[in-house]
Amino acid sequence: MKNRVVVTGMGVVSPNAIGLDNFEKALRIGKSGIRFIPRLEELKFSCRIGGVPENFDRAWAEYFSTKHSSCQNDNIGYASVAAIEAWHDAGLNLPEEEDPADWDSGTIFGCGVCGMEAIASTVVPTVNDGKVRRLGSQVVEQVMGSGISAHIAGILGLGNQVTSNSSACSTGTEAIIDAALRIRMGLAKRMVAGGAEGASPYTWGGFDSMRVLARKFNDQPEKGSRPMSASACGFVPGAGAGALVLEDLKTATERNSRIYAEVTGVMVNCGGQRSGGSMTAPNPAGVQRCIKDAINDAGITAREIDAINGHLTATFADPGEIKNWSGALGRGPDGFPYINSTKSMIGHCLGAAGAIETIAAVLELFKGFIHPSINCEDIHPEIEPFAGRVVRTCMDLPEIKTIAKASFGFGDVNSCLILKKWKQ
Amino acid sequence: MNTQEIFEKFIQIIKQYVKDAGRLENATMDTAIIQDLKVNSARLVDIIIQSEDAFDIEIDDDDADRIKTVGDAVKVIERKLCVTQ
Repeated sequence: MKNRVVVTGMGVVSPNAIGLDNFEKALRIGKSGIRFIPRLEELKFSCRIGGVPENFDRAWAEYFSTKHSSCQNDNIGYASVAAIEAWHDAGLNLPEEEDPADWDSGTIFGCGVCGMEAIASTVVPTVNDGKVRRLGSQVVEQVMGSGISAHIAGILGLGNQVTSNSSACSTGTEAIIDAALRIRMGLAKRMVAGGAEGASPYTWGGFDSMRVLARKFNDQPEKGSRPMSASACGFVPGAGAGALVLEDLKTATERNSRIYAEVTGVMVNCGGQRSGGSMTAPNPAGVQRCIKDAINDAGITAREIDAINGHLTATFADPGEIKNWSGALGRGPDGFPYINSTKSMIGHCLGAAGAIETIAAVLELFKGFIHPSINCEDIHPEIEPFAGRVVRTCMDLPEIKTIAKASFGFGDVNSCLILKKWKQ
Repeated sequence: MNTQEIFEKFIQIIKQYVKDAGRLENATMDTAIIQDLKVNSARLVDIIIQSEDAFDIEIDDDDADRIKTVGDAVKVIERKLCVTQ
C-alpha cells in the first residue's frame, strides 16, 4: 500500500518576490526579478545581471528574533525563511525550545553549491593568514553539505530524516521526489522538501567562464532571461529558496489541512553520460525515459498532461528539451500541452530552481491559471511549430488538472514530477 | 578597567549566545556559562575570540580550557589586561 502524498504548505524566497502571495502576484503579471549586479561588473564578469531576492533582511527580521540570532549564510537564510513560511502556511506552529522532537516530520532540503560565500570570504583568507583558530565554531555548520537541512531541523524540531541532497540544477525537484517517496513508504508523515541557492560570484564565476551565462543583456536586465527565444544567449544566474510541506493524505485529512495538490508521479534517473549525454548535456533517451516513468508512476496517460513547467534555462538546450517532451509524451505541436518557463522571470536559481518552479506549478493548479513565459516574443525557430502552446500572457485555466514539472542537471541527471489538482 | 567593568563587558559578549536572556539578569561571578546560562558548548570558542577582540588580549588554549564560570573568564581577562598594561 502506497501512501498518497499531498502538498499542504509552501514558502518562497524568489528574485521576483518574497512570500507566497507576492510570488503569485509576480507570476501572474510576469514580473522579472533580474537586475544589474554592480559587483559582477567590478569583477569583470561577462554576465553582469542576476536574480537576487530583494529586501531579504526585512523578511529575515520578521521571522527571527534574537533566538536564532544572525544569518551568516544566504543560502541557509533563504531556506530557513522559506521553510518557516511553508510550515506556517500548512497551519503548523513553530515548536518551543523545550518541546520534544517531532519524530514524524523530517526534511530533505538541498543546494547546488553550499556555503560558497562563507568559504570564499571567511575560510580561505583566514586559514591562509595562519589564523585558523579565529574561524570560530560556526564555520563547519555553514559549509557542510547538510548545513541547510540541519538549520531547518533545529528551527522546526524535526526528528525524522534530516538531510540535504545535491544533484546540480535538478536538486530542488529531486528533494521533493525523495521526500514524497519517504512518505509513500510510510517512513514519515510529513516532510519539508526544497532547495536553496546563495547569490555568490564565486558560484557563478565557473558558469561565466564556461560562457553559458547571458552576456548580451547587461543594459536590459529584465530582458536577459529568455527561455525559448531566438535571441536567448545563456542563462541568468539566480538565487533564493523554495519549500514545500508534503504530507501523507491521511495525516493531512485528519487535521483538516488545506490541500494544494497531490504529488502523483515521481521519477529521477541519469542518462549515464552516454548516447549524446555528457557532464553538461543530457542524453535524450534518459530525459524521455524519466518523463515517461513519472507519468507511468502517476498511473495516467501522456494525453492527460495539461501543462508543462519546463527546465528551459535559455541556453542552446531549450529546443532539445521541447523535442524530448514531445517525444516522451508522443504529442506533436498540435496536441502539445501548454508550456512555460518560470526562469524567464527569476533566472536559473540552480539548486533552488526545481523547488521554486514547482511552487509556481502548484499555485497554477490550485488557482487555475498558467503564468506567462516572458521574453520569448521572438520564438526560437526550432520551437516555432509549438509557438501556439507557449504561454506568453497570463491565462485563466480553471479546468487545469495535471502539470508535469521536470529539472535536468550537470552530471546528466533528470527529475520529473506529476502534480494533480486536488479535488475533495 | 576594574573588575565590575570587565564583568559587564563580558556579559554583553555572551548575551548573543544565551537563548533565554532572562537568565543573564541575575548572573554573578559564580554563574556557570554552559550549565546555568545554557550556552551551547561549541560557542565557547566564539566567546573567547570575541573577548580577545573586545579587550585586545590573547587567551591561549590552556587559559580558555579553565573558563567554566563568568568569574573564571573575568579573572583570565583581568590577568591578561594587567600583563599588557
